[in-house]
Amino acid sequence: MSAFNAIGEEREIDRDEFTPGVEPQPTWCPGCGDFGVLKALKQALPEVGKTPEEVLTVTGIGCSGKLNSYLDTYGFHTIHGRSLPVARAAKLANTDLEVIAAGGDGDGYGIGGNHFIHSARENHDMTYIVFNNEIFGLTKGQTSPTSPKGHKSKTQPSGSAKTPLRPLSLSLNAGASYIARTAAVNPNQAKEIIKEAIEHDGFAHIDFLTQCPTWNKDARQYVPYIDVQESDDYDFDVTDRREAAEMMHETEDVLNEGTVLTGRYYVDEDRPSYQQEKAAVGEMPDEPLAERYFDDDAEWERSYDLLDRHT
Amino acid sequence: MSSDELIWRIAGGSGDGIDSTSQNFAKALMRSGLDVFTHRHYPSRIRGGHTYVEIRAADHEVQSRGDGYNFLLALGDSFARNPQEEAYYGNEEIKPLSENLDDLREGGIIVYDEGLISEEDVADIELEARAEENDWHVFPLDLRSLAREYGREVMRNTAGVGVTAALLEMDLDHIEDLMEDAMSGDVLEANLEILHEAYDTINEEYDFDHELRAPEGSHDTEQALLSGSNAIAYGAIDAGCRFIAGYPMTPWTDVFTILSQNFPDMGGVSEQVEDEIAAAALAVGASHAGAKAMSGSSGGGFALMSEPLGLAEMTETPIVLVESMRAGPSTGMPTKPEQGDLEHVLYTSQGDSSRVVFAPGNVEEAYDQTRLAFKIAWDYQIPAIVIYDQKLSGENTNVDVEFFDREPQPDLGSTLTEDELREAAHDASGKFRRFNYDDAENGVSPRSLPGQKGGRFLATGNEHSPVGHISEDPDNRVFQMERRLEKLEHIREELEAEHASNQTTFGDENAEYGVITWGSSQGAVREAVERLNENGHSVAGLGVSDMMPFPETEVTEFLERVDEAMVVEMNATAQFRGLIQKELGRFGDEMTSLLKYNGEPFEPAEIVEGYEVNLAEEDRQPTAQVRIEPATGD
Ligand SMILES: Cc1ncc(C[n+]2csc(CCOP(=O)(O)OP(=O)(O)O)c2C)c(N)n1
Ligand code: SF4
Repeated sequence: MSAFNAIGEEREIDRDEFTPGVEPQPTWCPGCGDFGVLKALKQALPEVGKTPEEVLTVTGIGCSGKLNSYLDTYGFHTIHGRSLPVARAAKLANTDLEVIAAGGDGDGYGIGGNHFIHSARENHDMTYIVFNNEIFGLTKGQTSPTSPKGHKSKTQPSGSAKTPLRPLSLSLNAGASYIARTAAVNPNQAKEIIKEAIEHDGFAHIDFLTQCPTWNKDARQYVPYIDVQESDDYDFDVTDRREAAEMMHETEDVLNEGTVLTGRYYVDEDRPSYQQEKAAVGEMPDEPLAERYFDDDAEWERSYDLLDRHT
Repeated sequence: MSSDELIWRIAGGSGDGIDSTSQNFAKALMRSGLDVFTHRHYPSRIRGGHTYVEIRAADHEVQSRGDGYNFLLALGDSFARNPQEEAYYGNEEIKPLSENLDDLREGGIIVYDEGLISEEDVADIELEARAEENDWHVFPLDLRSLAREYGREVMRNTAGVGVTAALLEMDLDHIEDLMEDAMSGDVLEANLEILHEAYDTINEEYDFDHELRAPEGSHDTEQALLSGSNAIAYGAIDAGCRFIAGYPMTPWTDVFTILSQNFPDMGGVSEQVEDEIAAAALAVGASHAGAKAMSGSSGGGFALMSEPLGLAEMTETPIVLVESMRAGPSTGMPTKPEQGDLEHVLYTSQGDSSRVVFAPGNVEEAYDQTRLAFKIAWDYQIPAIVIYDQKLSGENTNVDVEFFDREPQPDLGSTLTEDELREAAHDASGKFRRFNYDDAENGVSPRSLPGQKGGRFLATGNEHSPVGHISEDPDNRVFQMERRLEKLEHIREELEAEHASNQTTFGDENAEYGVITWGSSQGAVREAVERLNENGHSVAGLGVSDMMPFPETEVTEFLERVDEAMVVEMNATAQFRGLIQKELGRFGDEMTSLLKYNGEPFEPAEIVEGYEVNLAEEDRQPTAQVRIEPATGD
């Protein structure tokens, strides 16, 4: 008998199972884009056959970080910028878990930028959702790494002198094997993309545009979006790095001009996940590490066997 | 003829193979039945730069380096011959000889490599005159040519060992055996030839009248020679640790490397990651998902771990961190020991600390306390830190092999199985009351793991309710805070009842005067206390390992027994003495400090001298390198 019976359980799963009881109610502002991510996840998870107990959601700090307070899975609400290292390790310790990391653009592209680059580079098998509202929400409206140049805030009163970060291109260059952008104002696409990301074996990065009506009223995310997969104007091969890179550039150039392009930008099904790569070099155990502790018959090698070389 | 103790120092350039040579020679001495203790001195350079390793060997237990030494093998610094290096660092070829003379005891032996160290340089340092004055026996030998003749120049280490064995009248058996284990083919042949040639040269061509010989001893049981880093890594393995994440930093890298090399064969996972914040966060994530996980670093890297450490405290995720101190602040002196991070480790991270901190004093304690750190961490769901230093990390001591034959502990402490979870408390919505305070025992509320049926909860670094929801409710805050801190009281009781042996007492129990120390200074203090008692003083010693929770009863009893105590530690601000005063709230005017912070560990004689100055209240410094800090009123 497995010590983790909720994993791989086959049954009809009701979307309501992902909603905690009465408490706590979301504290997000009315109209906040974060509701869109929550809703899309609640729809996507049962559709890919996941039970709440086999999913671990790991979040950072920010309005976005509250996601798993309102989503009834196993959860770990970590610290600002550090969701990815926590999530990566949980997956390494128990490869059977479905691990989803999430946080804001400040959290993920700012303070946690280094972890983002390396998680993508290593291609850890997990989904990473960045709530991109181009602003710091929870700390009340400071400029974030994705805020447009010239963006004025209390901490950059004359307008930001910084060029915004290009998360999709960064992700591609760092090595993520699935990259998409979607938007809270586009619930159907959001759900489909989340499903694909979960089912993808490797680091699936979703730049999720979430409007912040409280602090970022100017953000162009309210304007109609264009789904690049649906539009004849944007014909490109998502499995081709160069074409994907070009499309990402186009998307990132136009975002601040009022045009929002969303969809899948890059999908590499051939690249092995980090766990597979690590197994290939012989540095990954065959079974989930976590299972071993419950296995009475497991052979525990002792240091005693290593002493020969010291005698 | 055999001597009481041999302290052999091999000196050369960093990268000249000093380490492996000395490791093998130390093992040969151990195999001949002696107790050994090694001390390593090296600069923060990859190749070149004067370095030495000292091996102390005796027929009785040795717990520290000695005072000075009695045999120098100066190989010359081969890297200093590189013109570029020389332009940068100056001519250092002679340093292995010139830099080491001050500590050489009267009547000692010097063997130096004429092939590398020039006659003019030797004349410059007036070796002849000094040798006469100190009754040193000097053997200039062209080890370099000898090595070249039979093999390659790097094999002059082997020639040096052969010369040593001849001068000390040692058999070559153990040395040959070890060489056969370590190499084969032409390399082995060449080395054996060089070894014998050097050995025979001495016996055939020299009459020597020095008195030093290798001591003779025997062991009843099989011995293993290992370092504090080995002991910590092995303690972790036997505690069931199978996950390590880290980022290299000297001297912590040793533990990280040992585990990384062994884990693949034992089904463990090792991860070298982007920085230390990530490393400790990985340990938290892996533990949350059900692995026994650890991470670690040295001062600067540990500073980055402050955040995930606090996260582990708040989410009650068990982890073990090791902190291998080197001299600070900042990058400090990367290859030099210091006990300067105690306060950093005790108090870093925001809020009231709930963590366990052990400071092992020698190789055996390093093994035991690492195992204990895992046990306490998983039983009580609390981070545990093992703090030690560059000295303990690198010094090798012989330990009875049987000592390591401890039962493995592959259990997750207070983690529930799914059957147990079914019986556990849940709230109305079916969520597991992971952080329940109503029925917590010893402050511990059992945990579940992601993927288990019936155990769903949220872990968060925010203050939280029993099911893990963020909560700023004042009552809940107080209950949760008290529960987390309550664990420390129970851990203190458990340690006192079952592991009082973490503190070591030595010397004369009824003494008037006490010497207290912590961590790796224990060895030198023990030896100093023994010597003082032999010299007619009446001194008791106490080596403390439990830093948090603090062993109040044991330290109080010790301080009440003696009239006055001297606290010995390697830092400039008396951090441990400060901790004693903070924890016990008294004894301030009964404690003085003996402090050393020049990057070198204590030698027993410095402690003896410090004690004498202190007791006699003489108005002088004991030596240039240590400082007496007077007592303060409470
Ligand atoms: C180490 C650290 N620095 C700063 C903060 C304060 N802080 C909390 S949330 C946040 C920014 C949130 O912005 P973002 O990540 O974009 O998330 P959002 O709130 O917009 O969803 C900051 C700076 C913190 N909690 N920890
Ligand atoms: S501040 Fe912005 S991001 Fe935060 S909840 Fe309100 S609308 Fe959403």
